[in-house]
Amino acid sequence: MTPDTRIDIQLNGKRQSFGAGHTVTTLLEALELHPGMVVVELNREILDRENYDAIKVVQDDMIELVHFVGGG
Amino acid sequence: MWVGVEMTSTDTSMDDARALDGPFYIGGTKFVSRLIVGTGKYESNQIMVDAIRASGAEMVTVAVRRVDLDRSKDEAILHHLDPQDFFLLANTAGCYTADDAVRYARLARAAGFNEFVKLEVIGDERTLLPDVHATLEAAKTLADEGFKVMAYTNDDLITALRLEDVGCVAVMPLASPIGSGLGVVNPYFIREIKARLKVPVIVDAGVGTASDACVTMEQGVDGVLMNTALAAADDPVRMSHAMKHAVVAGRLAYLAGRMPSSEIAVPSSPIEGMLD
Repeated sequence: MTPDTRIDIQLNGKRQSFGAGHTVTTLLEALELHPGMVVVELNREILDRENYDAIKVVQDDMIELVHFVGGG
Repeated sequence: MWVGVEMTSTDTSMDDARALDGPFYIGGTKFVSRLIVGTGKYESNQIMVDAIRASGAEMVTVAVRRVDLDRSKDEAILHHLDPQDFFLLANTAGCYTADDAVRYARLARAAGFNEFVKLEVIGDERTLLPDVHATLEAAKTLADEGFKVMAYTNDDLITALRLEDVGCVAVMPLASPIGSGLGVVNPYFIREIKARLKVPVIVDAGVGTASDACVTMEQGVDGVLMNTALAAADDPVRMSHAMKHAVVAGRLAYLAGRMPSSEIAVPSSPIEGMLD
């Protein structure tokens, strides 16, 4: 695999490497996360779930995946 | 999505008691239980679920956090609580600025359950007291964006009035600091806030045990929100039962109107008709 077939992104605060060409949908699949269970923030913008298929993940994207946890 | 079904308990004494009160509304949504509970700090998810069911609460708070991609713990609250059974109130806990709180609130709304948010902007780590200026700023921004803001605040009348002015659907003064279990430290201010606001007043934070919840409700407020008092009890499920009854007891005592207090004794039996 040549270096340009991979991208580095900032995912939940950690630098991580993925194969190039992911959409938000396929990234969530790769992470085994159900789209209905998480909210995706891409470069500080919250994404609509219906756009996950259309949005490409590119080098240096900052992605936050959040969900509900116990809290008061 | 929460369907707001009437409680189908077999606890008829609780049903009878609630019938003497009636439902209340927050931001147009009807609630029967005046007890709102958190989902944090439980020893296990099963104890959390059992305790929340025992509390009879309809509205439960949740926090917004990063997904743990290492999967070290099963933190996802929706794996344990069915959103059809409970009205989820996302909080902005942990935020120290208005901008952060607004960001967390938007993320919570994007989860797609409702427009409600428990706004919490902390100003100090030791006391966890709210930053009321930042809270007001965030409340205004969020209310303008259509959020139904339930704002955690100090027991300060002026801030409470301002929060109502900017469009909060409920104002939630503390009883005492978060997680302190000190009970209501200033019942006078709580009563004054309730007397002066039109929106529901929910006392949020500081309740330690059932008597605290009862005293809180006796001040005439619309409800009480608690987490640590349940999660940190030796037996959370039993404490949740106690709190359910305490909240109803305090509410009915408030509605019933207490007798005047007196510093001298007043006999309960006739003083006439005594034998010579």
